[in-house]
This record gives sequence, C-alpha cells and structure tokens, in this order.
Amino acid sequence: MDLKLSTERGGIQSPSPVGVPNQSSKVTRLRSKLGAYGFMAPAVVLIVLFFFIPVIILFILSLSDLKSANFGTLQWWLPSNWSLVNYTKIFADRFFSKFLGNTLFYVLTTLALFNFGTALAIALLTTHINRRAGFVFRLMWLLPRLTPSVIYILMWRRIASRVPHGIINQFLGPLGITSGEDLVTALPWLFVIVVNGLIGASFGLVIFSSAIEAIPRDFLRASKVDGGSTLQTIRFIILPMIRWPILFVLTFQTLSLLTSFEQILLLTDGGPGLFRTEVWALRAYHLALSTESGNTQWGYGAAWAVILVIIGIGAAVIYMRVFKFDELVQEPKIDLI
Amino acid sequence: MALRKRIWSSAPYLLLVISVVPIMVGYLWLLINSFSTRTEGLLPVGELTLNNWSFLLETPFGRGYPSIWRVTLNTFLIASFMTITVVLVSSLAGYALSRLNFPGRRQFLSLTLILHAFPSVTLLIGIFFVLRTLSLYNTLIGVGLVMVGFEMPFGIWLMKGFFDNVSWDMERAALIDGASRLQVWWQIIIPTLKPGIAALAIFAFVSGWNAWLVPKTFTIGAGKQATLSVYLQNFQGDTVAVDWGTVTAVGLFQLIPVALFFIFTQDLLLSIYAGGAKGGS
Repeated sequence: MDLKLSTERGGIQSPSPVGVPNQSSKVTRLRSKLGAYGFMAPAVVLIVLFFFIPVIILFILSLSDLKSANFGTLQWWLPSNWSLVNYTKIFADRFFSKFLGNTLFYVLTTLALFNFGTALAIALLTTHINRRAGFVFRLMWLLPRLTPSVIYILMWRRIASRVPHGIINQFLGPLGITSGEDLVTALPWLFVIVVNGLIGASFGLVIFSSAIEAIPRDFLRASKVDGGSTLQTIRFIILPMIRWPILFVLTFQTLSLLTSFEQILLLTDGGPGLFRTEVWALRAYHLALSTESGNTQWGYGAAWAVILVIIGIGAAVIYMRVFKFDELVQEPKIDLI
Repeated sequence: MALRKRIWSSAPYLLLVISVVPIMVGYLWLLINSFSTRTEGLLPVGELTLNNWSFLLETPFGRGYPSIWRVTLNTFLIASFMTITVVLVSSLAGYALSRLNFPGRRQFLSLTLILHAFPSVTLLIGIFFVLRTLSLYNTLIGVGLVMVGFEMPFGIWLMKGFFDNVSWDMERAALIDGASRLQVWWQIIIPTLKPGIAALAIFAFVSGWNAWLVPKTFTIGAGKQATLSVYLQNFQGDTVAVDWGTVTAVGLFQLIPVALFFIFTQDLLLSIYAGGAKGGS
C-alpha cells in the first residue's frame, strides 16, 4: 500500500489539505475507513465487554430472583422468569427511608462542606498567596486521592481510635473534649463525611484554582483600585467569572458521591449497628457482591444498582448538553486519505 | 498598622497550614508506627525497631498466605498491564477520533463522553457475570481488564485532546511521502506526545497500583491472586488481632512508588487529576 501510494502521489508538488482527498480513489477511501475501525477496535471491544454487556446483564438480573439459593438452577436470562417484584420490594423495604435518607444526607453534606465548600475556600487561598506556595498546598491536598484507599482508611481508623491508640483522643482527651472512646463508632457520620470529603475536595480545588488563575489580573487590580475589599472582589469578580466551573464541579461531584461507597465500605461497612451509614450504592454492593453474608441476592441487588445506573446515564447525558460537550465533537481537522 | 497588615497577609498561610494537618498527620503516624514496637497516639512506646519490616524477608501474617513479593509482583503486573493497555488502546482510538473521518465517529465520541461521566462502579454486579462467563473471575487478567475498561473513556478523551493540539503539517508530509496511517501514528505523532502519554501512564499505573474495590470484588481473599491493597486489608479485620507494626510497614512499602511519582512528577499529577478524577468521591 505504501509503495503504491507513493507512486500515485509522486507528482504532487504542493498539496493543499482540501485538494488531496479528491484524488484518492474509492479503494483507498474504503481502506482508510477500515483502517479507522482497526484503530477503534480494541476500545470498542473493551467498551462492549465492560459497559454494554454489564448494563444489559444488570437490567435482566434486576428482573429475576437470582440468589445463592437458586444459583445454577434458575435460568435468569429467560423472559419467563422475569418480573418487577424486585422493584416493588425496594420501596417496600422496611429500611427504605433509612437508605434514602442516608444517601441524601451523605451526598448533600459532603458536597456542600467539602467537594464544593472546602474546595472553593482552598482554591481562593492558594491562588491568593505566592504562586509556588499555593502549588505546594494544592499538591498536599491531592495526597488523599493518591493514597491507596486501604491505607488512607487505615490511617483514619487510627486517628479516630480509642485511648490509648487514637491520635485525636491523645490531644483532645486531656482537654475533656473527647471521652476516649472510638470516635468512628461514636460519630460515624462525621468521619464518613470528613474522610470522603478530604478526597473529594481535591477535584474542585484543582478545577477552581485553574479557573481563578485564568481570570485576567487586570480585573482583580481594577477591583482593588476601586477600593473593593478581598471579600467584595471574591463576591463580585471571582465567583461570577468561575460560575461554569462551579456548576460543573457541583453536578459532576453529586453523581460521584451518589455512586461512591468504597471508603464507607472500608471505614464503617455501613455500620455501626444496623445500617447507620449504609448508603444506596453500598446497599446494592452488600446485597449482590459481599461474600461475607452467605446469602447473596444478585437479582434484588441489581435492582438497587439499576436505579443508580439510570440516574448515572441521565445525568451524563444532561452534562453533555449543559456543558456543550457536543460542540467539542467537531469534525476532524485532517482526513487526507 | 504595619503589624495588622502583616498578620492579615499571613492569615492565608496559617489557614492553609491548619487545613493540611488532618491530611498529613496520618502519614506521620504511619511512618512512626512502622518503626515502633507500638504507638500511643503519635508517640512510640518502647524502643524503635526494624522488626516490622521483617516481612520483606519472610512471609508475614503466618503461613498459608503468599509472600509479600508474590503480592507485590501481582500488583506490579496489574498496574503495568493497565498502563500499557490504557495508553495503547486510548491513543489508537484517540488518534482515529481526532484525525480520521469515519461513519460512527460522532456517536462514538459522544458515547466516550457519556461513559466518562458515567459512574462505572454501578456496573460491578453485571461485570461479575461477564467475568464468570469468560472464566476470568479470580484471575489477575480479569481484574486488569475491568480496570482498563473503567479508565478507557477518560484515556480516549484525554488522548483525543492531545492529538487535536498536534500540528498536522508533519503528519501530512509523511502521508504524502507514502507512510501508512499506522506508521504516521507510531513514528510521527506518538513521539511528539510524550509528556501527555507520560501523564496518562502515571495516572493508569497509580490507579492500578492502589486499586482495592475491583480486585477485592473479583478475587477471593488474600490468596495467590491478591494485590497489595487486598492483602493489607485482609489483615486488619475486626475478628483477628491486628499486627499494627507489620500492617503499617506494608502500607508504607506500598506507598513507595506513589511517593516517587508524587515527588518527581508534581506538575503532571496536578494537571491529570483535574481531568481524571471521577471515581471515589
């Protein structure tokens, strides 16, 4: 192919990007299309295997009653075994309002306090100070995200542990603020939110600080010259100029928080006690994938997950529209052959 | 007045230092504890010791469990497999999406974006059945493939953006000289994208090295397929007496490559985590 092409194209002196494609024959065009699919093939296979097929399986499972008791005997893929029982079961669950309440509380509180609030505060602070120092502080805030979750939670368990091991108890115990008990057990929500929030904040932090740094310095100087205080500059210059990044972080992180459960699983496993910190995504995981219980309910668990999948697909499509991602999907610049 | 001004200007630093204390204190404890007989709070009790690090020479946590080197090799294999596959697959697909016009291109690009925003952890139950069908449950390759799949939408999107920014003059020249698309991709474009590819590679390696949820869900316990995270977590359950000294030393051991990246590739890390972070929280 290479040889043939080079003889064909040998005579071209000064090719123009528009002119060249006209000279390619139908055969080479077809070949280039096949080539394009060749480039795409590995990605397509992976997406089909780990996105499309799992979504379909999940939907079908959620219609079946597959559990450890009938695993291997129930033909869950046959439509005759399908029903909507699992979905009515979700809403009839004795703890339904508990799971829903936990999820909303967890998502909204973590989002407001950390993924948005702390992220914005640290972004404002690190862009206010010396550039290099700001960079170093942002980097330190990235550490929880870079640390393996198992080690990160190990550290927090120890920080919150009871006397004499716990680090908080070591400092606050003598002051009478804590009484020496295990603090994750005593205040599970506080630690679930802080532990997740310190990881989550870095996402907004990085996005906000690059958006703030992109604001022309003149705007900030003008505000200062006009006698604006720091707070006024933030309120009237900075915040309006980064409203798109703010909206982006809020929506993106809502979805992340709604479906994340890894840290909760490691820290409290939904406890202490009965479902104290069990959120929706963790409930689905516990029902269908936790090997400890011995009574795995794939069908029922899948129904819990399907609801998150539907929210996830809906939200992802909306983001694409709202943030005009479709405009990024422009025509390719080059298509010579 | 001058004093007040000075206090005011150092206030941001003070607030920032306070803000990173809860983050840093855990690492400090990890370091102290891994060299101590035991600790109370941040204070070592008894004398400092290297005993906790004996896991490097002999199997920790009793017989019946694989040695640390076996587990480290597993983790390294998964992380490297992820790095190579994510980079290769994403840069192939990213190149096609950036440069070639083919039916389905727009749709595929939109799909990539949707999948990038989509929370893939919700699919774990479905993937469990895919892996069982392919006989890849409880294998390293299965775990690796799942994680590659999860990182791919981000990788493709990132690489497509990199390709979009490469001037196409050189590429055009090569094509006119008779190079094939594959040759152009490999010999002309990829070498100009080294920093971007390095960033994606680091991101993929770290997420493979750190991963816990996917290996934990698709392998069984601290067996021969265990990765460092799964292994470590297995020995701090509520039912067994935890050997904190060894656990912290193993933890610190696992942090070594992450720490190296953290120290030597700071700029890359900050830029990549702005776009790449979606899982977790």
